[in-house]
Amino acid sequence: MLGADRREAGGEAEGAPAIIQVENLSFRYYGSEQYALRDVNLVVRRGEFVVLAGRSGCGKTTLLRCLNGLIPNFYEGEMLGRILVDGMDTRYTPTHILSQAAGMVFQNPDNQLFALSVEADIAFPLENLGFPREIILERINWALKALKIEDLRYRSPFELSGGQKQKVAIASVLAMRPKILLLDEPTSSLDPVSARNLIESIVELNKREGLTIIISEHRLEHLLPHADRLIVMDRGMIVRDGDPRGILRDEDLLVYGVAPPKVSEVARCVNAHRGCLKFEEIPLTVHEFVEKVRRLIR
Amino acid sequence: MISFEDVEYVYPSGVKALDGVSLKIEKGEIVALMGENGSGKTTLLKHLNGLLKPTRGRVIVDGVDTRSATIAELARRVGLVFQNAESMFFSSTVWEEVAFALRNFGYDEMIVRRRVEWALNFMELGDYAESSPFLLSGGEKKRLALAIILAWSPEVIALDEPTTGQDQLQKEKLMQMIRLLKEQGRTIIVSTHDVEFVAQLKPRIIVMRRGKVIADGGAEEILLNEDLLRSCNLLPPQIASLTRELGFIGIKPSLKHPREVAKELLDALSRIMREG
Repeated sequence: MLGADRREAGGEAEGAPAIIQVENLSFRYYGSEQYALRDVNLVVRRGEFVVLAGRSGCGKTTLLRCLNGLIPNFYEGEMLGRILVDGMDTRYTPTHILSQAAGMVFQNPDNQLFALSVEADIAFPLENLGFPREIILERINWALKALKIEDLRYRSPFELSGGQKQKVAIASVLAMRPKILLLDEPTSSLDPVSARNLIESIVELNKREGLTIIISEHRLEHLLPHADRLIVMDRGMIVRDGDPRGILRDEDLLVYGVAPPKVSEVARCVNAHRGCLKFEEIPLTVHEFVEKVRRLIR
Repeated sequence: MISFEDVEYVYPSGVKALDGVSLKIEKGEIVALMGENGSGKTTLLKHLNGLLKPTRGRVIVDGVDTRSATIAELARRVGLVFQNAESMFFSSTVWEEVAFALRNFGYDEMIVRRRVEWALNFMELGDYAESSPFLLSGGEKKRLALAIILAWSPEVIALDEPTTGQDQLQKEKLMQMIRLLKEQGRTIIVSTHDVEFVAQLKPRIIVMRRGKVIADGGAEEILLNEDLLRSCNLLPPQIASLTRELGFIGIKPSLKHPREVAKELLDALSRIMREG
């Protein structure tokens, strides 16, 4: 594992050991002739914050399903190549073991929550795995605290807002103490403020708890400023993989169905003019953009 | 075309979802309904085709009071695409799903076929004609729900959160489609909290909060009003924030295209540098 390719590791996690290795992975769903994933190779290091982008249907969801073993253990199809998650080969590791290494949060939290209280929802998978009561309570306390939702503990999930539900869904995954958190468009049904709050919580989990994050999203403006690495997929393949600023500077991602943050777009347009202002580094936030302009006229 | 007259709606659970809503929408308008989840957007849309009838006040669509018409009658005039597209599906293939309503309306098979093909191609679902609707991805399901409505071409088209889970290319396609439908004289009402989408589409915007209409105006008027947006759990579009923050070099807040903002910025900078 230590000899793995380091070229593509992003900022903070550089040099950290690989936690996910995907080798020559292809997959097609049962009944489908087209491959949803085509020869994907990927190394993710412990603690990395990875954003997955690309058109819908490009293979993001399928790749995430492969990473927590839902493929091939739950979805039928033909899988070529192999994946090691925290050293375990997903083909031969039962899902309940894998879910303790890589937890998955889905688009729609309603599909993940079903119990009568938030506490019971978080406890359920742990009870199922036969953890002792003290450990379960300890894990619930920790997960609620990590997401700052202690006040929701005794509420019914059904009376919560979309953003709160999604945090509970993350807490219930977190209680399994995974090293990797996989999130499939977790903010897509949330209003903008709730979406930004959720992303802030995810960033905290990465920074404070050292969780490895792989998140697929269409709305990138709140996410990219925190990402070590951007992976763009197209037709089942990884077509770009690297530092977000570099990728955004060098090309227009719209052909892949990806909308860069508007500030990055403006900066690219400014660069194209070759005028008195040039962004060596593409800004990802309004603040970065405005600071650059201020420095110029000072 | 559509008028809400002091409409109140109380769900059986006692929740008041609409609280004295009055508004008029003319034929051929594009209207975005904005507001946080639970502000009453979906409840309002459901009044358009009579799925819900007002507890108080009335809703008039194309001269018809929705309380005196059946959903079947209203459905021909108003097509409503739900947020959760899957809830609409029940056929075994995508093709059949689109054909179903058309057959129900009594079109002959020739027309049904042509319309289904047109709608599927328009929404880029032609390749999936024989697939099960339930096996489509989230974004594809949304497009199918739209194709179903487009195929029978109602006067009023109401879309509940159509951009959820859609990538940028699909959003642009959706925008083109909305503009095309407007050209054809149709009325389009979109509920959404996708501020970037609305900033590009620039429709009339109606803002809702706790069942009430709290603002109604042009896209610039609403989307450049940061306090209003924040009071509804919305954030300003990034271009609005950027142009506002660049006020110190004489740039005015706007929803302009990045290209235009870049040009304005460079012009402003060279002016400043010339003047020293």
